[in-house]
Amino acid sequence: MADLCAVVGVGQTKHAACRADVSIAGLVREAVDRALTDANITIADVDAIVIGKAPDSLEGVAMPELWLADALAAHGKPVFRVHTAGSVGGSTAIVAAQHVMAGIHGTVLTIGFEKQSDGNAMWALSVPIPFGMPVHAGAGGYFSPIVRGYIGRSGAPKHIGAMVAVKDRTNACKNPYAHLHEPDWTLEKALETPMLWDPIRFIETCPSSDGAMALVLMSEERADKHAGPKAWVHATSMRSEPTAFAGREQVSPVAGEMCAADLWRKAGIKNPAEEIDVVEMYVPFAWFEPMWLENLGFAPRNEGWRWVEDGVTEMGGSLPVNPSGGVLSSNPIGASGMLRFGEAAMQVMGKAGEHQIDGAKKAVGHAYGGGSQFFAMWLVSSTKP
Amino acid sequence: MSEADGLVRLRQPIGVTYNWSAGPNATSHLAGLMNGQFVGKRCPSCALVYFPPRNGVCPKCAKILAGDVEVGPKGTITTFCIVNVPFLGQKIKLPYVAAQILLDGADISMQHLIQECEAEDVRIGMRVEPVWKDKSEWGATLENVQHFRPTGEPDRVMGAESGAS
Repeated sequence: MADLCAVVGVGQTKHAACRADVSIAGLVREAVDRALTDANITIADVDAIVIGKAPDSLEGVAMPELWLADALAAHGKPVFRVHTAGSVGGSTAIVAAQHVMAGIHGTVLTIGFEKQSDGNAMWALSVPIPFGMPVHAGAGGYFSPIVRGYIGRSGAPKHIGAMVAVKDRTNACKNPYAHLHEPDWTLEKALETPMLWDPIRFIETCPSSDGAMALVLMSEERADKHAGPKAWVHATSMRSEPTAFAGREQVSPVAGEMCAADLWRKAGIKNPAEEIDVVEMYVPFAWFEPMWLENLGFAPRNEGWRWVEDGVTEMGGSLPVNPSGGVLSSNPIGASGMLRFGEAAMQVMGKAGEHQIDGAKKAVGHAYGGGSQFFAMWLVSSTKP
Repeated sequence: MSEADGLVRLRQPIGVTYNWSAGPNATSHLAGLMNGQFVGKRCPSCALVYFPPRNGVCPKCAKILAGDVEVGPKGTITTFCIVNVPFLGQKIKLPYVAAQILLDGADISMQHLIQECEAEDVRIGMRVEPVWKDKSEWGATLENVQHFRPTGEPDRVMGAESGAS
């Protein structure tokens, strides 16, 4: 039987298109220092460090975990690096939690980061595949045909993506760390933005950001003696599947459904939409909000878009999704999953400030990566399981 | 080199040249392309045909793919993207249609370019055929096909899961 694990500290950077004021090491350290301060501990109290980021090609720094060891004050401590593409921030937090739950380490620091302005992610994600046809145009080019498939099968009206985008950009104005603070969007203006990867509009795409997120995790024994709010990890789950296989369900990947079902089972959740107070969901392209509502078992198949239209996922709705502004408002790729996990923790710790959902007791953090092939989720609560 | 708040940023391009070992299972596929043929492989367990055979392994059954199967040359568009975004290294005039094409006889779609029709006329279920480059330009690559174009045949009715591969 696994030990319990709690988040006791959360720290993130101010996310921006270009944090030219810091190096990668400085960016990471900013989040780490804030997490340690939030947990009211020092690096000397940390037993192990787990770091994650998206592909090294994004900044052109190979094996940054080695290079960053000094900035992380990792001298004499174990350092582990995790990689699962865009879901890496989530899976990194899970690996860190597993070190605690396995009883190996009492206090673990975990970090996700990306400094997109140091490289060119669009290029790094469009490298020609040997012997293939180079018509692929970045992540948007990959996901757009899948969004077209969802619109076709669900009969969703064309404005749903823009509605999600306006909601997330509006929420982000309540989050001082968010990259985009754009309070003036209306649905009408959003629908006038150009189609980049038809059917995906400009407003419906995430920005390119520099940023980092760090969490401090503790075992039950240590957390019980620790003053301050905690987010208890009730369950974690990860699932993966190949990018391409015959008959693959691209709109609602089986691995995503399995990941969510496993999470609900482990946490004893019978009706996710009723029992979960707030979700931080990985939505880099707006249409993925209704798609994941269905994939994760919140909404019935082909009904997710109706929930968006009815305002269910707004901050005042019955299932708020991404009160932080989400990936659509800040996307430091390697940190984005951990931002979802950390923001979920902040909600149940009562630390979300202006974007706090009142009385949130159970929150879910969700991340996906690659060609919708890596899934990571956790469920955190203000009380022990 | 640029400066922000007195801090220096250096611009440092990186270039890498790799070799790619095709292995025996992808070799017949590549040899096929050099002969103007689409050669896929069949999974000995589930019998589905993979084109291209990627790593020579069935992603679902984890079995080594076995017999060669010629597929196409015609195919059907299963879904597509109209690309309006300029990016580094791009060679094709915008806007262009990058479509998932299910070649006849194959069980998984592959991505290629659609030309010789307006982007707005492209649709799921549309029948297409390859337009090959001049033989003198052929190599072991799908780029031997300049693009796919509509055949004018009636559309093929795709399942409700048209977003699936």
